[in-house]
Amino acid sequence: MTGEPFYNFAYLDEQTKRMIRRAILKAIAIPGYQVPFASREMPMPYGWGTGGVQVTAAIIGRDDVLKVIDQGADDTTNAVSIRAFFQKVTNVAVTTDTGAATIIQTRHRIPEHPLIDGQIIVYQVPIPEPLRFLEPRETETRTMHALEEYGLMHVKLYEDIARHGEIATTYAYPVKVEGRYVMDPSPTPKFDNPKMHMSPALQLFGAGRERRIYAIPPYSDVVSLDFDDHPFTVQRFDKPCALCGGDDVYLDEVIMDDRGTRMFVCSDTAHCDGRRSEGHVGKQAAVEEARR
Amino acid sequence: MSDQPLMTARGVTKIYGERIGCEAVDLDIYPGEIVAIVGESGSGKTTLLNCLSARLAPSAGSIYYRMRDGRLQDLYAMGEAERRFLMRTDWGFVHQNPADGLRMGVSAGANVGERLMAVGERHYGRIRDTALDWLERVEISTDRIDDRPNAFSGGMRQRLQIARNLVTGPRLVFMDEPTGGLDVSVQARLLDLLRGLVGELGLAAIVVTHDLAVARLLSQRIMVMKDGRVIEHGLTDRVLDDPREPYTQLLVSSILQV
Ligand SMILES: Nc1ncnc2c1ncn2[C@@H]1O[C@H](COP(=O)(O)OP(=O)(O)OP(=O)(O)O)[C@@H](O)[C@H]1O
Ligand SMILES: [Mg+2]
Ligand SMILES: [Zn+2]
Repeated sequence: MTGEPFYNFAYLDEQTKRMIRRAILKAIAIPGYQVPFASREMPMPYGWGTGGVQVTAAIIGRDDVLKVIDQGADDTTNAVSIRAFFQKVTNVAVTTDTGAATIIQTRHRIPEHPLIDGQIIVYQVPIPEPLRFLEPRETETRTMHALEEYGLMHVKLYEDIARHGEIATTYAYPVKVEGRYVMDPSPTPKFDNPKMHMSPALQLFGAGRERRIYAIPPYSDVVSLDFDDHPFTVQRFDKPCALCGGDDVYLDEVIMDDRGTRMFVCSDTAHCDGRRSEGHVGKQAAVEEARR
Repeated sequence: MSDQPLMTARGVTKIYGERIGCEAVDLDIYPGEIVAIVGESGSGKTTLLNCLSARLAPSAGSIYYRMRDGRLQDLYAMGEAERRFLMRTDWGFVHQNPADGLRMGVSAGANVGERLMAVGERHYGRIRDTALDWLERVEISTDRIDDRPNAFSGGMRQRLQIARNLVTGPRLVFMDEPTGGLDVSVQARLLDLLRGLVGELGLAAIVVTHDLAVARLLSQRIMVMKDGRVIEHGLTDRVLDDPREPYTQLLVSSILQV
């Protein structure tokens, strides 16, 4: 015996993986429907995306190339430790390049680089039930899904407009999948909602604490809910990324120095780095360049 | 009033374990008619109302409802989807405690608009206009449309609950002690309002109350319950002015003396 503990490939035992795969297959067969599964303890706290980690563990193979992001970045603590976990228990190749990845595990973003056929994106989901906040009773929400009683989702949007003059929900913005199930896209910004529509990639959602898996198969219809006179729109940013000059991307506001100077930069760090290495230069990057 | 009943109940019985909730109740209710169910506490009024409103499956008996297309439907034989749709479109249910019938966490406007959204209304402006109109009709100042019901008085909450139920133009409304728990002056105002709306909209209603004055003011027919059974029924004025059953006589005299 050595001090090194023994792990099965991808940490979970084969029986557990089969159980999770069955849930995933069911989820794919019923797009947007939340499939219960027997969530396992993972060697990390629930807030760390154990649902997504279990889904990835159940589908990953030795030839896969894994990318892990959190808020769009590959280098945050959460992303780094999940990536390190999978390297340790699978020894698969990892990447920050969206185009090179076969599996992308994410929290809070869909990469800017369009996903392609054959890729799988795995979302970490804290609260899978979109009806929860207005109807806490689970027996009731289940019936509502079964009978397609989704009026409550619009009650929430109505409240938004009544309170803020517009639909103020900016993340976890509810969608209807394949004209049937209403689904919470996890706390991604609504900016990313259109990317889910007709995506060539398979999208899998795992909620660990809530024990639910759901899915959007490739090329599915995904519609963001709205009102006829308040149609769904995505956030627009009035300036391009300060580092790479990219527009039509999701930007984060960052504070640059102790005087509180702010700038807007790509939330997708790999996308930003890629553009910069191709020679794109944003305003701030140009200033820094000139200083050197 | 049409000559075909809106609802026909026969032999409605609900047993709770050893205890009888209600027993062998027959009832026909016609479009536009208000029927009051009266009786002392524990006589089975709520049990009967819940059976009739598809909220509590009876142990025995049958309840048929005439759908908008004229079909007579066995309430407890219809699918859950159809029954729930019926409950939130063609029916209303006014609870004694408004918190049981309102969504306390969303605004008055959203409370009124919910049923519209549930039947597919997707135009915010129209929902809002309809909500404003209904607030006015139940005498709630329209500038309260964005306030939550927990900022409302008991009487306002009850009026909001009524608006929320009537917005889809139901044909039948169930009410369980709609004025219970309110001050006397607030009760009187609510009763006036209810009477006006019911008449104006041609609603049929089944109203449970232990208050004979409420029954007299609202209903054309009355059913007196005791120990789960209907012991006397007839036109409200006849029953209250000339009760035949000794128990009804007792009920009437004790109330009228108050
Ligand atoms: N869930 C229940 N389980 C057991 N017994 C019940 C239940 N609900 C009601 N009962 C019994 O059924 C009988 C009728 O009760 P019900 O609530 O219908 O009376 P009620 O006329 O509405 O009374 P009140 O005027 O006090 O509201 C009572 O004996 C009551 O104790
Ligand atoms: Mg009662
Ligand atoms: Zn950038």
